[in-house]
Amino acid sequence: MLYDFNILTDNIHQYLTGVLPPVWVMLVEMALVAVAFLTFFTLLGLSLVYIERKVSAFFQLRLGPMRVGFWGTAQTIADVIKLLFKESTMNKYADKFLFNLAPFIILTAAVMAVGAIPFANGLHALDFDIGILYVTAVSSIGVIGILLAGWSSNNKYSLIGAMRSGAQIVSYELSVGLSLLTIIVLTGSLQLSTIVESQANGWWIFKGHIPAVIAFIVFLIASTAETNRAPFDLAEAESELTAGFHTEYSGMKFSFFFLAEFANMFVVAAIGATVFFGGWMPFHIGNWAGFNAVMDYIPPVIWFFGKVSVIIFIMMWFRWTFPRLRIDQLLTLEWKYLLPINLVNILLMAFIALMGWHF
Amino acid sequence: MKEIIQYFKDIAFGIKSLIKGMRVTGHYISRPSKIITQQYPENKETLQMFDRFRGEVVMPHDENNEHMCTGCSACEVVCPNGTIEIISKRVEMEDGKKQKIIDKFVYHLQMCTMCGLCIPACPTDAIVMSNDFEHAVFDRSQLTKILNKPGSKIMPGIK
Repeated sequence: MLYDFNILTDNIHQYLTGVLPPVWVMLVEMALVAVAFLTFFTLLGLSLVYIERKVSAFFQLRLGPMRVGFWGTAQTIADVIKLLFKESTMNKYADKFLFNLAPFIILTAAVMAVGAIPFANGLHALDFDIGILYVTAVSSIGVIGILLAGWSSNNKYSLIGAMRSGAQIVSYELSVGLSLLTIIVLTGSLQLSTIVESQANGWWIFKGHIPAVIAFIVFLIASTAETNRAPFDLAEAESELTAGFHTEYSGMKFSFFFLAEFANMFVVAAIGATVFFGGWMPFHIGNWAGFNAVMDYIPPVIWFFGKVSVIIFIMMWFRWTFPRLRIDQLLTLEWKYLLPINLVNILLMAFIALMGWHF
Repeated sequence: MKEIIQYFKDIAFGIKSLIKGMRVTGHYISRPSKIITQQYPENKETLQMFDRFRGEVVMPHDENNEHMCTGCSACEVVCPNGTIEIISKRVEMEDGKKQKIIDKFVYHLQMCTMCGLCIPACPTDAIVMSNDFEHAVFDRSQLTKILNKPGSKIMPGIK
């Protein structure tokens, strides 16, 4: 392996064990990981908001933010400063405790999910045996935050938005899980690092034939719905519900919802990239040693973020192309189309795996 | 059986129409040179407004300081919000006849909605809409404009 972050982390660990007692080593390492993730999270939020605005602008033949910084690159920083100065208002009859708790639950869920994602070889904070299960479980905690926000705001729009979001996430969670399971049939493991390793001779989307492609399409649709992004943004639905569950929020609390939306988008794109496109694994073709060696020269971090940004771009493309679905259309799409297709697809994949037809 | 075929037909039709939509937006994003938005204050020198853009009402004068307004006040009648005010006077011409000509063509820019109804109403095409859109001034009185230039007279042959 050309680029191995294990060397870096081992060096830090050895240095710390040399100067500190074991308990402090653990605490310092935890603090380091926390700082790294918070920094990453901030940068992710800032850059994704900017990218989203630019991409949407280009889709609509506009220029987007252009004034603050070169090509408007400092626009999101200016926005954050503005949000920091804003008054955090609250509805008089709101449930104060839950109202303040909700944005933190959503953000915590997003951070916890990001923690389990393998960014590169050795650059992996939490490597559970049940990585995929953990990520899908944790990312659905966010819906509790949305429901709490809608309930505690004491606002009809917020409550309708939150209830829609609940119905939506409960349904689409199934499709996300089943489409990931289709690939798990091949990997035989839920551990994210093992899933990445198993793609060293080709990504699953190529090795898994048509069922893998179908699974990826289903995953893309369902995960777009799970992150409450357009065309499935019924929970926010600006034209009907003002802003849905975060109608009553302002200032930094509002920006937490905003940040969590983008973080969730990153999480689902990262899971999609890891399971279907090999995560940080470079593009390898079977036994072509020369070609594989050339591909290995590109650092895994670039591979990972390249794949993630392609998936995020596709999700933005969805957002700026399709009109919003009605709630009954949304549920019809899930229960009458995606779920049956997914169940047949997983059987097909199991059959392929049983016959050993995959590469 | 029929329903099952219809089910798959629905899926195929749905995918087809979604791809059609994505092709349209993909067409736009892959052509950044066709962006419509302009960086306004920076491109002030090269800014080209559109022919049909309605900025403000102006009265073109030729090189002899002559305009084509007969003072018929058709524009004043047709204006929905009293933007145009025509003050006319009667003068004696060389041949002894008395003729009504305009003294002041008063145009209240602050009341104008740029609807452009006065332009087709004019029988002699004396007024047109210009492309100028920078109307900001520091005093409200500057918005009341007199469109006929001082000392101008009507073009010969216009009645």
